[in-house]
Parts: sequence; structure tokens; C-alpha cells
Amino acid sequence: MITLEEVAGRFPGLAPQEVVLWIERRWLRAERAADGGTWLLTEVDVARLSLLVELRVTLDLDEEAMPVVLSLLDQLYDARRALRCLLAALEDQPEALRRAVLDAAAWQARD
Amino acid sequence: MDDPYKVLGVARDAAAEDIRKAYRRLAKQWHPDTNPDKPGAEARFKAISAAYALLSDPELRARFDRGEIDAAGAERAPAGGGWRDWAETGRGARYRSQPGGFEDPGGGFDEADLEEFLARAFGTRTGAGARPRGPMRGADIRATLRLPFLDAARGAVRTVTLPDGRTVQLTIPAGTEDGTVLRLAGQGMPGEPGAPAGDLLAAVEVEPHRFFRREGRDILLELPVTLKEAVLGARIEVPTIAGPVTLTIPPRSADGSRLRLRGRGVQGGHQVVVLKVLVPTGVEPELEAFLKTWTPRDRTNPRAGMLDL
Repeated sequence: MITLEEVAGRFPGLAPQEVVLWIERRWLRAERAADGGTWLLTEVDVARLSLLVELRVTLDLDEEAMPVVLSLLDQLYDARRALRCLLAALEDQPEALRRAVLDAAAWQARD
Repeated sequence: MDDPYKVLGVARDAAAEDIRKAYRRLAKQWHPDTNPDKPGAEARFKAISAAYALLSDPELRARFDRGEIDAAGAERAPAGGGWRDWAETGRGARYRSQPGGFEDPGGGFDEADLEEFLARAFGTRTGAGARPRGPMRGADIRATLRLPFLDAARGAVRTVTLPDGRTVQLTIPAGTEDGTVLRLAGQGMPGEPGAPAGDLLAAVEVEPHRFFRREGRDILLELPVTLKEAVLGARIEVPTIAGPVTLTIPPRSADGSRLRLRGRGVQGGHQVVVLKVLVPTGVEPELEAFLKTWTPRDRTNPRAGMLDL
């Protein structure tokens, strides 16, 4: 866990108030510190913050476009995560079952 | 936390045995019981133990060396540090997309999340949200069956082992084409009580043949013949899908002539033999001498009209 002030220092030109705004919009899921003062970020949140900085600051994406872009990105990664789960689950199956599933998938693809 | 190699005072490529020795020596030196008067001894001892715990485990040590974990053993962001590296891990589910606005994510990744992902990604309904329904028919088993060309042309019987260990006999009718799907009703997965089993669906992939090709019901065969055979005519043994037959090459057969062997195709089709006349490529002095003095009776220019476009 790292505080908002600490992490904002890693991105020059990024005002902590801007990040608070992102948290309020739920683009970033930081948590309030126990004393209610600052915000705490996990490593995932820090990576998310770099994504937001990249989109909003580096690429200067429109404020209105941000929710759309984020929603599409998140959906894409949902799908990729789900696919990974499936493939990982498949990896653990007996060879015959794996082949049957892959056959069936190839079969679906040819329709 | 400090670099465990520095804490133990060993090189990064130190052997396990050296690491153990260094640890023993330092642990004795800094053991809190033997250093009651040194205030930093306990912390130092803990650091030494932690460093040894990491470096004595070959797997942890390797992961540390690769930068996957830090000295405290905590996961590091994967190299690159981009969003993608996180987004596809379980922890990235913290930022899963929220239908109809952003609700409270309510903590980490659990099984219910996975079910929801799968349900949303593949449009299936699982768990509590499932619609009430009657007993489900068993799933179809889909398989691909690769067949040699001749087996598909003549028909064959194949024993197929299914994923659940059952074996079934598949009859491949003569003349089965590439891409045909054979269905064996009721040979799929069993259904729920009161519902029928699924079907076995086998998609046939026909392997190409060295000589034969399929064209609808006809079988095409390209047949090389010598110049002499083409000019003088010949009786030649040619292969068909049902075995060799004798074919008469009429005299003066041109390259590309198509000769038909009636009924030698599939399902009443024919075998079509396409002649490929081979001009001798070796040294043939007699042939060359003859051609030099030879004046063809047919004096038409085979290239007539080609130049006036």
C-alpha cells in the first residue's frame, strides 16, 4: 500500500486533486486510509494510475471519452481474463479431453 | 528490505553450500541471546534469517534473481509494468467492467467473479441466475476425422475413441467429400435423466492424394506418357481408386487430352485421365537427326494469330 501523495510524486505534472477526481469517478479504486485522510493504492492501482495518466495526460484524451475508453478496455480484459482462466483450466485436463475441446472449438470456428 | 546477497555477504552466484555457511556464521554472530547488550542485534538477526529463507529455497532464489519477487518475497509488478500485465491477472479483476455504471467492486477476485466473467463472456447462464428449464439433452461431441483419400473415395469403417473412453464404429460412405459431417445420433454425452444423449458429429478431412484428385463424382488423374506413346498410341496400365485397369491411348494424342474411364469414379462418376506428354530431356541423337530432316505435313503455324493483338 502506498499513499496517494507518494504515488503522485512519481508522475511529474500530475496534481493529486486530479487523481482524487479519478477516484471519485471510480476510474481508480483506491481506498481511504483508516484515519480518513489520504487515499491508499495497491500495486494494481498504481498500474491503473499509469494507464489513466497515459490516456488522460500523455494522449490528452477527452474527459468525456475516458469512461467509454475505460469501459471498452475493461471489457476486453474481462474477456481475456476469462479466456486465460479457461485455457488454464483446460491445461489441467487429461489429454483426450483437451483434444476434444480444441477439436470442438476448431469445429465451431469453421461454421 | 536489503538485498539478501549483501545481507549474507555472498556473491550472486554463490553456491548453496556457501550461502549456508555464511548464514551459520552470521547467525551465530548476531543471535540475540548472545548479544543481549547490542540493540541492533535482533533486527540484524531477523534480516539474516529472512535473507537465508529466501536464498536457501532454490525456487524463491530463482524468482528473486529474475526480479519476480522482492527481498521480502512480495510479488513485484511483472516486467514492463504496463496495465496489460496486471489487467489479465486475477488481481486485474479489481477493474472489471461494470454493466450499468460503477458499483462497489467489493474486494478481490473470487469464484463468483469468475463465473460471472464466463457467463458474460460466453453468454452462458450459471449459478443462481440460471433460468428454470427441463432436463438437458446431452452435449454433442464434435471431432475431426482425417481420412486418406482412398478411404474417403472407397468408403471405410473407422473405430473412433471418444473422450470418455467409449469406442464407436464410424461408417464412412464411399465418396465422402472433404468437409462432410457424419452424425451418429445418441453417441454424444449422456443427457440429464429423462433427456436424450447428444450426438457424435465427426467432420471429415480428406487428405490429398499423390496422384488422384476429386472433382465432384469424377476422379482426375494426370498421366505422364512418352512422346512415342502419344504419337503411336499404346495400351497402358493406369491406377484407379479400385485398382489398375488397362487404358488405350489412341495414336496422335495431344498433351492435355482427357480420356474417360467410364464408371471408375465415385457414386457412378468416371475417372478422367489427363495426358501429360513428356518430351525426352536426355540426349537422343537419332530423334534429333530425324527432326532436322523432318518436314511436317501439317504446315499450320501453331502460333498463328498470337502476335496480332
